[in-house]
Amino acid sequence: MADKLTFSQEISNLMYEGHGSPLKNCIQCGTCSGTCPAVEFMDQTPRRLIGMINADLKDDVLNANTSWVCASCYHCTVRCPAKIDIAGAMYATKRYSMWNKTYSDDLVGPVFSETFMKTIVRSGRSYEPILAPTYIFGFGAKEFYQEVLGATKMMLKGRIPVLPPRIKRIKNFRNMIRHIIPMGDEE
Amino acid sequence: MKKYAYFPGCSLEKMAVSYHKSSLETTQALGVELEELEDWNCCGATTYFHLDEILANTLVARNLAMAEKEGLDFVAPCSACYKNAYFTNSYMQEDEDLAEHINFALEADDLQLSGDIKVHHLIDIFADDIGPETIKDKVTTPLEGLKIAPYYGCQIVRPRKNGEEVENPQFFEEILEAMGADAVDFAYKTRCCGGSLLLTNRKAALDMIHILLQNITNSGAEVVATACPLCQVNLEVYQTQVNEEFGTDYAIPVLYFTQLMGLALGIAPKKLGIGSELVETLPLLSQFIEKEVS
Repeated sequence: MADKLTFSQEISNLMYEGHGSPLKNCIQCGTCSGTCPAVEFMDQTPRRLIGMINADLKDDVLNANTSWVCASCYHCTVRCPAKIDIAGAMYATKRYSMWNKTYSDDLVGPVFSETFMKTIVRSGRSYEPILAPTYIFGFGAKEFYQEVLGATKMMLKGRIPVLPPRIKRIKNFRNMIRHIIPMGDEE
Repeated sequence: MKKYAYFPGCSLEKMAVSYHKSSLETTQALGVELEELEDWNCCGATTYFHLDEILANTLVARNLAMAEKEGLDFVAPCSACYKNAYFTNSYMQEDEDLAEHINFALEADDLQLSGDIKVHHLIDIFADDIGPETIKDKVTTPLEGLKIAPYYGCQIVRPRKNGEEVENPQFFEEILEAMGADAVDFAYKTRCCGGSLLLTNRKAALDMIHILLQNITNSGAEVVATACPLCQVNLEVYQTQVNEEFGTDYAIPVLYFTQLMGLALGIAPKKLGIGSELVETLPLLSQFIEKEVS
């Protein structure tokens, strides 16, 4: 019988983008944390998160907001002396928490990703107004007002789409997606 | 006339329509044709990859396959679209197993992808294919004395594609100088603008934008040039909110590099989408706009 995968193995298996650069090579130098422009908003720094993954501290990793604060700018990835794709590891952690629904409820990121995905599957293109409700209701009154004001100014300049766009070969597009993920019968 | 398959991406349909217009105008003036892919889909930005890598790569592959069918190299003006397209295209040649999965899915739309076309960011076309010398020759209204901050942002230069310089790239400066402008040096030219964090973690994003605006202003720049729709929106549209949040008074124009280039090439501002900004640009740019002869 095959052994059960450890948490760090599971995360590594979700890292196609970062293949060829095992997390186990991390030397804990902290170049990633020193580089990250969003580090002060993270519960755990990138260096600590990788150390925690390698130590199989599953709950601590999944309770941290770290991967959802990553903006995917890859600054850590290009500087890592151990050549680890750290932004890729952040994606892997996000995927793990999406698939296992282990993310905490106060995060906007996962709901935003899911809504974005559904919009694309439905129409083939993204459409900002559909995405707004995923984050705007989490705002305080001041932020809500600022966001609406910003959107209104954009609209007055003709920069907000009125109708959702849709690609022409949408049936083929959706059947293509069915070849990869389960999504009901062919159209 | 060299021709490319042009993938505008979702943002350029509306939010960044001025980037779309100015890209078409300037490439045409410089002897390059951008032929829009006829039924392109969203590339997934940085968001699909949170869910499923194979599906994310497949959605990107559909666009690449349409370009390959036309026998044209692929060009994207948005940094995230470019990064996605570049890597999916190279995985097709590096990984037979992934390529087989993707091609099986693409059959549903009568497409296939081998990955042997080239993928470019729009700015590469100006920096490499056209080149600063040619741009210089075609400039009719040099942007003399205009201090421009070349904001690279993140995904044009990162992750590293082919051993290129990622810490201190110079190609953007060279393009701005070919227009006759002064490219100012600022430390954070490749620091991230926050991307979609603005929607998912507003506090972090406003802080990142604030730091960038501060660094840009200290460098003495009068205008920021960007090469990505998300960078433009974050740096421009959210200046008001940064000002409210941090008690600052930033009001620096943020334009696409193609809009500035269009002015240098003598193209009418309206054709370049100038006028749809939220931070006034005309007081600064009027010196470079030819007066209409009445």
